Amino acid sequence: MPVFYGTTVDSPLMLGTAQYPSPAILAAAFRASGAGVATVSLRREAGGGQDFLRLMQGLGVRLLPNTAGCHTVREAVTTAHMARELLGTDWIKLEVIGHTDLLAPDVFALVDAARELSAQGFKVFPYCTEDLSVCGRLLDAGCEVLMPWGAPIGSGLGLNNPHGLTALRAAFPDVPLVVDAGIGLPSHAARAMEMGFDAVLLNTAVARAGDPVAMARAMALAVDAGRAARAADPIESRDMAVPSTPVIGKAFLA
Amino acid sequence: MTDRDPQRVTVLGAGVMGLTAATELSGRGHAVTLVDPALGPGGHGCSWWAGGMLAPWCEFENAEEPVLRHGQSAIDWWDRNAGGVARNGTLVVTLGRDRRELDRFARRTHGFEAIGGNRLAELEPDLGGRFDRALFFPAEAHLDPRAAMAGLQAGLAARGIAVADRMPDDAGRLVDCRGLAARDILPDLRGVRGEMLVLRCPDIALSRPVRLLHPRVPIYLVPRGDGVFMLGATMIESDRRGVVTARSVMELLSAAFALHPAFGEAEIVETGADARPAFPDNLPRIGRAGDRLYANGLYRHGYLLAPALAMQLADHIDTGERPEFWHETDDQR
Repeated sequence: MPVFYGTTVDSPLMLGTAQYPSPAILAAAFRASGAGVATVSLRREAGGGQDFLRLMQGLGVRLLPNTAGCHTVREAVTTAHMARELLGTDWIKLEVIGHTDLLAPDVFALVDAARELSAQGFKVFPYCTEDLSVCGRLLDAGCEVLMPWGAPIGSGLGLNNPHGLTALRAAFPDVPLVVDAGIGLPSHAARAMEMGFDAVLLNTAVARAGDPVAMARAMALAVDAGRAARAADPIESRDMAVPSTPVIGKAFLA
Repeated sequence: MTDRDPQRVTVLGAGVMGLTAATELSGRGHAVTLVDPALGPGGHGCSWWAGGMLAPWCEFENAEEPVLRHGQSAIDWWDRNAGGVARNGTLVVTLGRDRRELDRFARRTHGFEAIGGNRLAELEPDLGGRFDRALFFPAEAHLDPRAAMAGLQAGLAARGIAVADRMPDDAGRLVDCRGLAARDILPDLRGVRGEMLVLRCPDIALSRPVRLLHPRVPIYLVPRGDGVFMLGATMIESDRRGVVTARSVMELLSAAFALHPAFGEAEIVETGADARPAFPDNLPRIGRAGDRLYANGLYRHGYLLAPALAMQLADHIDTGERPEFWHETDDQR
């Protein structure tokens, strides 16, 4: 199971809490998924959103507040402090959005905010790109987890740059890595786990599915399958066929 | 309570739930008192800020089956009791790059005709040429919430029922319809914030509500007549009431501008924000709390579900029948 900042969580599946048809369906989806971590957005809910936060605290999973919707270092740092105060956790999923259309991270502001928050005792989970240099800078800034995107938030496109994600895994073999954002299907989640990622974080794919509870279950199965496959040491792919039945000794002239 | 004798009933709250309950109960001969500290419907209640879409088929996209079933009968109820119901259907459109949103919406709903640009231009000439596909839900309707509430209030007044600002000495059975204010007796109730604008845009005429689907900022425009439109509405997990935020206004107006650029020239007549009362499953409940019955948690379906709740509540008072939306807490079982 993934270990984040010394804490082992129960499942490599992490789920967001936005966009569900109702809190009751959200709770049922979490139960079906066995997810170990729930991300909660504070920026828009903070004013008067205590009822919703209380419902989330009742899910019985660890909460990871995020800084969704923040565009500057200052906004993100302020939101992180608010989250620590409201939820009593020093975990923070750090999002600093640079491009509104793609909701792509502003990696420069992200590194600055990560450095500042780490120095203030936060355990930072940065939502980043799969760029090796950026990821290196985030580790230098004090992050002990990296959360590269698979594809833009909510797009459901899956893993846009499998080569980059594989290279990231190879470059930082000992850093917990989470594919965050872009996962639309269980096969995307399974693939991330097969690549050796420690966890996946997704929201829209479950919350906006016709049956969120069934999709949550499907994601849980996929994550389990991907993780089991990784542990089973999969074969290498190759161009030439390799017959699985020995031919020698067969009466091929018969 | 198995007799059908007239009873003395005091309904608390003159929002959409209280007014429909008082109308239904007094229509069945009960002696109803309606109590509201503001002496009538107004900005202190979230039904004042509603869109007034009677759109059960559209709502089914993201709501459960009872909303669809009971919503259909609401259209006739409002026509009968308040008037002013426009039965022109609903149009659902989307911008070019969000076409898949329209496909998804169509997959999860029924009761619509998938139409092309020409038919759309016949229905709403001002949208002609702007969209080449739309969904048309012909059986849906809309009303003006404030006019509808005034209609119910007038109907009650005609039966001699004025809104009182305090409880009568002999209150009889209490029916609590106070919406979010009833959190003092309903701890499960939460607020879901919604923000709306009223625009005056004489350049555009629409005969029916138009929903613009968007992955981030879905909006709807409900025509109020005379070039006035209600533009809504945000859905935010927060019970904060009062003023709208700049961000929400920006998002709503940008979406309206995308629907038709003429909305860029509209006057902003009014802005409003309030919190809808909702239970965790976003479905309404009728139940008993202490000395009273309550009907609450109508979420974003106030005008759509209040008639069904009012009828179930009245049936319960008449016959003791257990309402479909009945809710019992563990210690009541």
